[in-house]
Amino acid sequence: MAIAVEFSAVSRHYGAEDKAVKAVDDVTISVAEGEFFSMLGPSGSGKTTCLRLIAGFEQPSLGSIKIFGKEAAGTPPYEREVNTVFQDYALFPHMNVLDNVAYGLSVKGVAKLEAYKRAEHALSQVALGEYGKRKPGELSGGQRQRVALARALVNKPRVLLLDEPLGALDLKLREQMQLELKTLHKKLGITFIYVTHDQGEALSMSDRVAVFNRGRIEQVDSPRNLYSLPKTSFVADFVGTSNVVNRDLAEQITGNNQPFSIRPEHINIYDNQKNVMKVTGEVADIQYHGATSKIEVAINGQLLAMVLSNTENTEAQLPKIGQKLTLSWPQSRMVML
Amino acid sequence: MQYATRSLSTTSNPVLRWLSNTLYRKSNLFLFLLLTPPLLWFGVVYLGSLFALLWQSFYTFDSFSMSVSNDLTFDNYRALFDATNLDIILRTLSMAVAVTLACACIAFPIAYYMTRYGSRAEKGFFYIAVMLPMWASYIVKTYAWTVILSQQGILYWCINQLGLSSALNQVLQLPAIGGNTLATSNLGRFMVFTYIWLPFMILPIQAALERVPTNLLQASADLGARPAQTFRKVLFPLVFPGVVAGSIFTFSLTLGDYIIPQLIGPSGLYIGTMVYTMQGSIGNMPLAAAFTVVPIVLIFIYLALAKRAGAFDAL
Repeated sequence: MAIAVEFSAVSRHYGAEDKAVKAVDDVTISVAEGEFFSMLGPSGSGKTTCLRLIAGFEQPSLGSIKIFGKEAAGTPPYEREVNTVFQDYALFPHMNVLDNVAYGLSVKGVAKLEAYKRAEHALSQVALGEYGKRKPGELSGGQRQRVALARALVNKPRVLLLDEPLGALDLKLREQMQLELKTLHKKLGITFIYVTHDQGEALSMSDRVAVFNRGRIEQVDSPRNLYSLPKTSFVADFVGTSNVVNRDLAEQITGNNQPFSIRPEHINIYDNQKNVMKVTGEVADIQYHGATSKIEVAINGQLLAMVLSNTENTEAQLPKIGQKLTLSWPQSRMVML
Repeated sequence: MQYATRSLSTTSNPVLRWLSNTLYRKSNLFLFLLLTPPLLWFGVVYLGSLFALLWQSFYTFDSFSMSVSNDLTFDNYRALFDATNLDIILRTLSMAVAVTLACACIAFPIAYYMTRYGSRAEKGFFYIAVMLPMWASYIVKTYAWTVILSQQGILYWCINQLGLSSALNQVLQLPAIGGNTLATSNLGRFMVFTYIWLPFMILPIQAALERVPTNLLQASADLGARPAQTFRKVLFPLVFPGVVAGSIFTFSLTLGDYIIPQLIGPSGLYIGTMVYTMQGSIGNMPLAAAFTVVPIVLIFIYLALAKRAGAFDAL
């Protein structure tokens, strides 16, 4: 399959050379055509800068960026076959919704009638066919989000860039939009590059995820591998929740000082199982989360978290704070770091 | 239980406490107290004198006895359309339009640079540079320009050094613009007007530019618009209200000015100098009042045109 976007040793520095801030530091990735690729990381980790480098709002300080094999460095945004859905939508406030969506076509010289026809079609695809005459200010957040999507897609980009597009929406709407975006991606078959700091979003939607930390890439992998086989302690900690066990405690549990991570849902209460790792501590806190309860156990000052499903059975035998508790987990679930 | 004994209000004075609680609960009363003094000032002093002016413009002036009687008449307004008076109005109006256009063209790049490229320190410098001329006396600045524009002045010297004096002479021979020297030409007057009112154009445009989020410009580029298209379709429409606000200043200030036309440029009255002459040396207060209504009407027409052009759609 063709490569849509390729970063080779790309860096983006700000400020004077000696004390430059490295927003993006030696990043190499390639995104395949048709892929749903996410860039995940905390704020300031360089993921948005990478997106802006693809869009052309920023130029790399070092390295090369190729879009469908063509060197993109030096090409202005208006000559790239990519379109962006902005974090706060960036809809033009002085134009109505239809003019917003038709904008990309009209600046490229598509005849007015044709542009409006295609814009109306794009709007109806995001279920906003009736809203063309309204101003963006009269729409709700979710509707603006759809307009921004229609405005980008009407140009038939080969790569769609999405910069935390669901960040401003409430939980229910966000989940609904996640589903719609995924459906849209399948239907259109174009490349989606999706920036988010929400690991749940990245895991549930993407084909592959790149985890960013301090301008560098920690790991690029499928969501399943990222979750079950994190390569660094940062990934283990940032993607999902994980207990990262330090050297001292690892030595106490396994007998050697190799740190490891273990997911809370893989930890059980010890019940004479065979061939398991186990450790005893004191229950420090119990948090109720509806479907599950999270139990935090303190061992020599380090907390290990485990999750219990709240069934009739387990709720009756929920441990008490301060109680001694022995935890166990299958060795196969441990990820050495 | 410490909290139970502590007073919740920060003041222990019962009267003050009653007062602040009452004002807090009855926000309309608070608003009333807050707005009455400025509204009285605005209503009585400002609008009152404006209506007095309007009223006096209907009084009768007896040119034989040089006295004003309060018999009401439309004669003063009819007189505005006499050839000489209409000439004054058109002369002032065309200067106001020219000055406004020039100010807008000069102010936009300056304001754009301030907003988009200036660092904090540069912005501060620009603010002061723009405002500084406003701190100096307006009459001093105008007199300074008479020196700058005189034939022994620095501008002539510069033009001579550049070898452009023949070009200048040709420009000065043009009708409507030219004159004997820069200081007595409409061109010179136009330059001084543009200089004096420029800050009033820069600041509103700069404020409007400041409110345009950068990502709108990026979105435009992202959707395929070349910079010129982004300017025409996104930036300018969004900044247009600021341009209109600035042009209201430059337009109305030029319409009402009576100092610059006296000191610089050819003879021939402006609305401002006409009002000055009518109410000062001649004592024809009614005609002066009628002339004063002209800029007000022109501004209303201008605003109506601006509204039709969509100037306030982006607000």
